[in-house]
Amino acid sequence: MPSLKDLKNRIASVKATQKITKAMKMVAAAKLRRAQEAAEAARPYAERMTQVLASLTAANAGNAEAPLLLSGTGKDQVHLLIVATGERGLAGGFNSSIIRLARDHALKLLAQGKTVKILTVGRKGNDILRRTFKENIVDYVTFREVKQLGFVQADEVAQKVLALFNAGEFDIATLFFARFQSVISQVATAQQIIPAKFETAEAATTASSALYEYEPSEQEILEDLLPKNIAVQIFRALLENNASFYGAQMSAMDNATRNAGDMINKLTLSYNRQRQAQITKELIEIISGAEAL
Amino acid sequence: MADPFNFELVSPERLLVSEKVTEVVIPATLGEMTVMANHAPTMTTIKPGVVSVKLASGQVNKYVVFGGFADILPTGCTLLAESAVPATELTRDALQKRIDAAQAEIANAQNYEHKTKLEQFLGQLADLNGAVIPG
Repeated sequence: MPSLKDLKNRIASVKATQKITKAMKMVAAAKLRRAQEAAEAARPYAERMTQVLASLTAANAGNAEAPLLLSGTGKDQVHLLIVATGERGLAGGFNSSIIRLARDHALKLLAQGKTVKILTVGRKGNDILRRTFKENIVDYVTFREVKQLGFVQADEVAQKVLALFNAGEFDIATLFFARFQSVISQVATAQQIIPAKFETAEAATTASSALYEYEPSEQEILEDLLPKNIAVQIFRALLENNASFYGAQMSAMDNATRNAGDMINKLTLSYNRQRQAQITKELIEIISGAEAL
Repeated sequence: MADPFNFELVSPERLLVSEKVTEVVIPATLGEMTVMANHAPTMTTIKPGVVSVKLASGQVNKYVVFGGFADILPTGCTLLAESAVPATELTRDALQKRIDAAQAEIANAQNYEHKTKLEQFLGQLADLNGAVIPG
């Protein structure tokens, strides 16, 4: 049985923890709003890009000279997994759900006899994946120092990916990140970015709607756009990830705050009980002492 | 009076302009072009330069863009810039920074093709530096 003093100390420490989690929740909420705005601001560009590429792709379908980024290398032996996670923990299942998805994917590919290469974005993913796939990790990018995620950072990752692709280091690239659905739900997602895949329905509608003039040629625009698209897709994933991270952190911290509250209640209850017991005990001692006289 | 049409200028980070305009001058890779309402559907890449937008009210706004492409339809025009800033906010220092970055990239460029492309980009930036910003 802990003494009164112990209980008092524990209550104080849980209270301090609660203050911290509460503050973290507030910070996450504020950052979440910013991250969400950024993700929304980036949406028109990404959507347009996809639309334009889809129609270009439809126009180029069956073209044997289509750029490799679009048609792929024709093999699927070497897979590159780009795993984007958070830089920090304390965000509930955010990092682990992305990592679990990536790990399952990697293990499945390895079981099929494929080669797996991993590029991690974000410190957490790197730390955890390094334990199981140490020799598979080819590169590691961290934005720990970066305050506001910009297109520059996404471009940096994209350049690395493209350099690997141009060197023939992999055939298929898949991007892992958490899609932001709402503050309480973030879905770990795998998206194939090389060779590019578009929803065919969308391509059909845009392709038929307009007969474009291309300046310079279709082929040149396509060659110009495809690498850009990689950067845009990565940028979008990073922003979604960022918003998801703060969403997850917010709900995790909310839970933690509530748990701390429950704990304080319980501790206060047993503290009071024990205090009562002690008072009763002292009274009994006094009374029985008086009776003995 | 020319007919107004929708014009959007978007960069990956944000939507800069979305307004009714009568005339837009775009620095296309193959030369500047002016887009007005009912333009034939065109897709073009753009080089670093100045986009000048004439609003329906007659006011002219200028934006500096750094590469990208434009999607032109009879009903509207969308400009997807890799990076864009209002011309009034662009300073010589910021531009110089970009030029320096491009130069550094050239020094690091591995293959010849990439290098040519970058050098072209640098040239365009330098043009911009000389022409666009007074003083």
